[in-house]
Amino acid sequence: MHHSQAAEHATIATSTGIDNRKMLIWVFLGSECMFFGSLIATYLVYYGQSLPGTPTPGEILDIPTTSVSTFVLLMSSLMMVLAYSSVSRGNVRNFRIWILCTALLGATFLGFQVFEFTEFAREGLTPKTNLFGTTFFTLTGFHGAHVTVGVIWLVSLFGYSFKGDLTKDGGLSVDMAALYWHFVDIVWIVIFTVIYLIGVTNAPALIE
Amino acid sequence: MESSSHTRKAAHPTPLTYVKIAANLGAITAFEVGIFYVEAIEDALIPIFIVLSAVKFVLVAMFYMHLKFDERLFSWLFGGGLLLATFVILSLMALFGALL
Repeated sequence: MHHSQAAEHATIATSTGIDNRKMLIWVFLGSECMFFGSLIATYLVYYGQSLPGTPTPGEILDIPTTSVSTFVLLMSSLMMVLAYSSVSRGNVRNFRIWILCTALLGATFLGFQVFEFTEFAREGLTPKTNLFGTTFFTLTGFHGAHVTVGVIWLVSLFGYSFKGDLTKDGGLSVDMAALYWHFVDIVWIVIFTVIYLIGVTNAPALIE
Repeated sequence: MESSSHTRKAAHPTPLTYVKIAANLGAITAFEVGIFYVEAIEDALIPIFIVLSAVKFVLVAMFYMHLKFDERLFSWLFGGGLLLATFVILSLMALFGALL
């Protein structure tokens, strides 16, 4: 208890009154916006510029399958926020359940991505096939890498919950992981709309 | 709830609110996929998708990332990055003649 109060006191002893770690994660997420923004920009700049006769978004992208994986990732965000809500109220047992559900749904999303990439390769689209393949795999691949890091982070927190006290500082260590996870989710919201829904909707216009 | 001149913290939503947000997110995604196959509104699909995507983005950022309830500085840090990213996307598209 005494230690917890000391830690709390240290948390607010900054010029902004905000914990430096929380500030760090938000600055990081702000920079990540620019990182993914540049990848999305590259995809859009080269959209429809691929060599004729090579696979196009309209021929390759599978909306029904990706819709399911999108739903899985959205629901993982619900599990994550419930995990944070549990730990911030001191309920570590429920936290463990929700964090495992989040990691499981994250892993499921990655499974969908592996399946999708394998199918695309079978249909003739690889990163070196054309500009669509290069920009698509770079963007979605980096997103998948972020999800992978997130899953590892979540599983680490689950393991740490048996050793350390995740409830200290109002569950800040879980809050940071949650913010990262939700960010990965909103990046996918943009990717799903721009690359999949709009990309395929707009595809016939490119052929003309 | 204002706690000082430069900080702002309010109570986070209840689990029920989180579930309601998730239901909305799921419903919007289902609606997006549903209208994707409606040829009659093909010309209006792109603006509709952009608006619906923005709504989902804001719901997650405001409620799940707690931007609506936490320090305003976090909104500035995240919004700044987001604004720069949007500027980069639009600038590069304009530069390469890729704007629709």
